[in-house]
Amino acid sequence: MIRSEVLKQLIPVISNHFVVCNIGLPSQEMHMLDDQPTSFYMLGTMGLSSSIGLGLALAQKQKVISIDGDGSVLTNFGTLPTIANNVADNFILLIIDNGSYGSTGDQPTYAGKKTSLTAVAKACGCENVVECQAEEAAATVQAALDSDKMTIIVCKCESGNVKVPVITMDPVVIRDRFMKELQARNG
Amino acid sequence: MSVNDKIVSDLVANKVEFVTTVPCKQLAGVIDKIEQSKDIYHIPSNKEDEGMGLCAGAYMGGKRPAIIMQNTAIGVTVNTLVTLTQYYRMPLPMLISYRGELGEPVACQVEMAVHTKALLAQLNIPTYHFHHEDDVNELDAILKYTFMCNKPVAILTDATFWKGY
Repeated sequence: MIRSEVLKQLIPVISNHFVVCNIGLPSQEMHMLDDQPTSFYMLGTMGLSSSIGLGLALAQKQKVISIDGDGSVLTNFGTLPTIANNVADNFILLIIDNGSYGSTGDQPTYAGKKTSLTAVAKACGCENVVECQAEEAAATVQAALDSDKMTIIVCKCESGNVKVPVITMDPVVIRDRFMKELQARNG
Repeated sequence: MSVNDKIVSDLVANKVEFVTTVPCKQLAGVIDKIEQSKDIYHIPSNKEDEGMGLCAGAYMGGKRPAIIMQNTAIGVTVNTLVTLTQYYRMPLPMLISYRGELGEPVACQVEMAVHTKALLAQLNIPTYHFHHEDDVNELDAILKYTFMCNKPVAILTDATFWKGY
């Protein structure tokens, strides 16, 4: 199972939640599969999905899911200690770990070699770290949502991509739509 | 009121409730005050681009953010400032220690100081330079300006402003 199939499987679970979606193909796939005002698409800035999601979760009470990749977490490794030490129980970091930089041509990452992001997250002090296989992604995210505990999920899947169009929405429109939906839900 | 107290009081008066910091010796006093403030959530970050990501999230979540960092961070954060903060039109006051100016004992700091204002100008970032202690009196207006125009705004604070360190 590749990332786009994992995302497809996740849609019934996450569609109604606030999602910060990683740069490149993950955002493009989410946008194509299930565009929602609750989605914040990153059009640039490799690595910051987890940081944006944590800031968002700490600032208000709605649940936030950051969809990240192994390559992006490696880019912004400092994020894991910050997450561990600033617990937001409305925050889920879902790392889709396909062991490759998917958006740039599937170059292998170190997470697909000797480095375990699950072990790193635990070593950084994250308390609820769950590793799952691609087929278990929906059930694992649902369980994390139900737990009301900050959870880091490392979802292992195969490398590979499908053809998706780029997102042509204006960034300010993406941000404004997302903020209005968040304000409405927070009353 | 000390300069550090004045800075924190202006942040609080402007409803800045979420502050991320990467330390600098010059900023140690203000970072202590931020940590002590009951009105501010202080979240130290490991790198300044990470901090700008946290601030972007906090802003979208309804909290006014700020970042406190050294001018060396301008070199680290160009991509984030351009593709996140500016591209999505988000406000971000940046209180920056302007290392490498008069009174600087560490020669290497000058290497980044000579590029600091040029980089900020290239990025079209409104930039204010606090040199005398009284310059802090502009902070309130700078914060109001930042949240009016939804841009990153730089406040450079040099060693003379901090009276050495």
